[in-house]
Amino acid sequence: MLAAEEKYKALELSSGWFMENAWLIALIPAVAFALIIAFGKKMPFKGAEFGLVSIGASLVIATGAGIQWMQRTDSADHGGEGAQGAFNGITGVLRAAEGAEVKPFIDPVVSQWVWWQNSGLEFGIGSHIDGLSILLLWLVAFISFLVQIFSLDYVRGDRRYTHFFAALTLFSSGMLVMVMASNMVQLILGWEIMGLCSFMLIGHWWEDAYNSHSALKAFFTVRVGDVGLLIGAAILFFGSNQWAIDNLGTNGFDIRAIQAWALSGDGSSWTLLMASVTLFIAAIGKSGQFPFHTWLPDAMAGPTPVSSLLHSSTMVVAGVFLVARIYPVFWEGFNIGNGGLSFIAIIGGITIIIAALLAFVQDDIKKVLAYSTVSQLGYMMLGLGTGAWLPAVFHVFTHAFFKCCLFLAAGSISHSGSHHSFDMKKDMGGLRKFMPITFGAWCVSTLALTGVIPFAGFWSKDEIIDNVGDAGYTFLFWVGLFGAALTAMYMTRATYLTFFGEPRGAAAGIHHDAEHGYATEHRETLVTAATIDRELVSAGAAPKSLGAAAAHGDDHDDDHGDHGDHGPHESGKLILVPIVILAVLALTSGFANPTPLAGGSLGLNLGEGVELIKEYVEPRAQAVSLDIAAGHAGESVQLLEPGFVSVAGDSAASFVPAAGDKKAGCGRSIPEVGTVCYFPAVSHAVPTLSKILLSLGVVAIGYAAAIGFCIAFYKNKHPKLVGLTERSRIARGGYLFLKNKYYLDALYQNVFVYFVSRPLAKATYWFNQNVIDAAVDGVGAGGKRAGEFVYKNIDQKLVDGAVNASGTIASETGHGLQPIQSGRVNHYASLLFGAAAVGAIVLVILNVS
Amino acid sequence: MLAVNFLLLAAVLFCIGVFGVIARRNAVMVLMSIELILNAVNLNLVAFALMNNNQEGQVFALYVIAIAAAEVGVGLAMVLMIYRNRKSIALDELSEMKG
Repeated sequence: MLAAEEKYKALELSSGWFMENAWLIALIPAVAFALIIAFGKKMPFKGAEFGLVSIGASLVIATGAGIQWMQRTDSADHGGEGAQGAFNGITGVLRAAEGAEVKPFIDPVVSQWVWWQNSGLEFGIGSHIDGLSILLLWLVAFISFLVQIFSLDYVRGDRRYTHFFAALTLFSSGMLVMVMASNMVQLILGWEIMGLCSFMLIGHWWEDAYNSHSALKAFFTVRVGDVGLLIGAAILFFGSNQWAIDNLGTNGFDIRAIQAWALSGDGSSWTLLMASVTLFIAAIGKSGQFPFHTWLPDAMAGPTPVSSLLHSSTMVVAGVFLVARIYPVFWEGFNIGNGGLSFIAIIGGITIIIAALLAFVQDDIKKVLAYSTVSQLGYMMLGLGTGAWLPAVFHVFTHAFFKCCLFLAAGSISHSGSHHSFDMKKDMGGLRKFMPITFGAWCVSTLALTGVIPFAGFWSKDEIIDNVGDAGYTFLFWVGLFGAALTAMYMTRATYLTFFGEPRGAAAGIHHDAEHGYATEHRETLVTAATIDRELVSAGAAPKSLGAAAAHGDDHDDDHGDHGDHGPHESGKLILVPIVILAVLALTSGFANPTPLAGGSLGLNLGEGVELIKEYVEPRAQAVSLDIAAGHAGESVQLLEPGFVSVAGDSAASFVPAAGDKKAGCGRSIPEVGTVCYFPAVSHAVPTLSKILLSLGVVAIGYAAAIGFCIAFYKNKHPKLVGLTERSRIARGGYLFLKNKYYLDALYQNVFVYFVSRPLAKATYWFNQNVIDAAVDGVGAGGKRAGEFVYKNIDQKLVDGAVNASGTIASETGHGLQPIQSGRVNHYASLLFGAAAVGAIVLVILNVS
Repeated sequence: MLAVNFLLLAAVLFCIGVFGVIARRNAVMVLMSIELILNAVNLNLVAFALMNNNQEGQVFALYVIAIAAAEVGVGLAMVLMIYRNRKSIALDELSEMKG
């Protein structure tokens, strides 16, 4: 311990009100949920004001906490002695990973109360504020706020308007609870609140069988993964509890204890592997990874704001967050540090490709975006699975903005452009003239999603791909690049079908009441060759006379209810403002961590200072003295920082890995006695111009191919392409394979669900009737017989006999003595004197003898 | 010798009293027989006090006389009430208390 203290100097870290009271961020929306449910219908805005105000307050607190966290980090970096200042002067030039500077571990701010106690175990609830949680807290609050503004107009006049806002607010609250969790129990709590709310929101229009079916599917699919979460949390608890008690004075549910335990080298690798696998199964279910991605596209049955919130910052990000939060467990369990090919990376890679391919055959614009989300989540998982923690978390950040923007734009289109339809082939086309702002926002977000420089996606997605390649996963590197090309292609197709070409269906002003009501028909049946959708291609023959009427849609003002005019037009301000804000962020949010600009690979060297996410979000992989870690009392802000050693010094080599040394440091070697690590030393790729050009070139090829195809197929109806699926067996097979979603839904529906509902249920019923019921019946009959025996022999004969006997004896005695009571005084007197005489005689005899 | 005579007299009185209680039908006569028994006991007390030169026996006899007076008072009152109700004080007709 002495050696450790010599190596560390005491360091004062600043704290603040917002960070210490960050639990309010989650509590305020939760209270608002109760208020909406209780008083919402009586309020002037039907409860929406509670939701907006509460999320706004959370956003303010989250922003304050974020600023204070940055101050705290700065106070650690610049609060040292004079010698440190000299190092700070050159941080802009040299990268920390190159051994020039050691940045201290920044202790999280934990405010925690005992929630409940059980046999000596204390379960805390509260807030655990570090870079990752502050990033997501702010992100969730921000996206939720914009989505609620959007919803004000979008769901106006809905029959369950108040309940919609209640569930939306609770949904955000659940995510916030999970993100700020300091222990696994609270994390599971938030996780399950989200599961419930997603069920409520996806099934918001439950009168339609398809919607309620989708809600159930989402709930049960995620539930399958949740089993993994519970088992994983239990494995971690039993693995780390004793270690946590001995070293940190907490218990095995504490996330910091789990992190430190995983990196301490004291846990068995088998335990860590099992915990990693089970917890990742939970992440697969929640984050829609292969093979549990099937619920995500069906979740589009919910209102568009829900899809937007669900797919950008809450729910699906929960799985990614889980992996990022207890990253040391996965790091050790899957041996990521030593270049092991992890389960996470494999699943992520598969998901990128299969989801991107599925996006090609979707007609529903929201389903294209849904598969795009699945694919992008695959990138995040790929990054986490290969040690690229920072780019993956950064991608969560940027993806939230542009994907939310895309979904809200899709909502805007269906609200004002296509008369509540989401079918790109039937009801859209040519909308760019009618909805210029939506079109512009959509284009910005599409460029961001596809990773075109300088939009947000470029800085995050290409960082993931670059890091994957740098960590030595060459095949996965190409998978990532191929996925980027596919992304460009399917987004081009969706953009072309929606905004270019001739208006079709509702976009052309054709009013069809039959499909009104947000509903999509139940589509669980398999698509066969006979029903291949040729509507779009053959639509050219259909009369387009209504196309002219579309332009004058405003002329005949038949205002009926909430959906206004028939013809497409631009949406109102409440819908456009959030979309525009998000589009601006889709353009700019990438500059929160532009790694290529920091390294000078683009010919511009702005220094490491521009990597804000790296500076403030990524935990520093530095060992912390155990004394300080264990004595940490929640609001205490003192901890030790590593002393600054000269670059040439080798005495502290285990703490300051030299450039390129991947054998030492946190997560690569066991921390010194008396110290613990909270985060592994992940490596960061140094971007090179050739790789950047390669990925941009791949995207450009994807765009070029897709634009060429769209013009040839959809516009010119090239005879070689039209009807290809009917002429070519291979093309038809591939198309059907994708159209039927790899038959995974059919597999789940017809094999698993069928197996459970028919043979398994029957077998269980038989077992229930013949074994369990028989046992119960046997016990009952035996009990009855024993009771009868006891009644006859013991109760009737023994107990009742004794009672009756005492009565009989008393009665008979009374009858025997009855004659003595003659009622005559003389009689009594003679008896008295007779008795006295007898007594006297006895006395005399006794005295004489 | 003197004491033996006292005791013999008391025994005779006692026997007469017992006979009266058992054999007489008239309630007043039974009460008088009880008085005889009490006086026989008084005589014994006085005799034993004389034999042992002890004053306490004499005092005890005085108390018995006083209590006997009260007892006879209560007894005669009861007899009077019985007579008022039944116009008879024959004890063998008073057998309502037969069990």
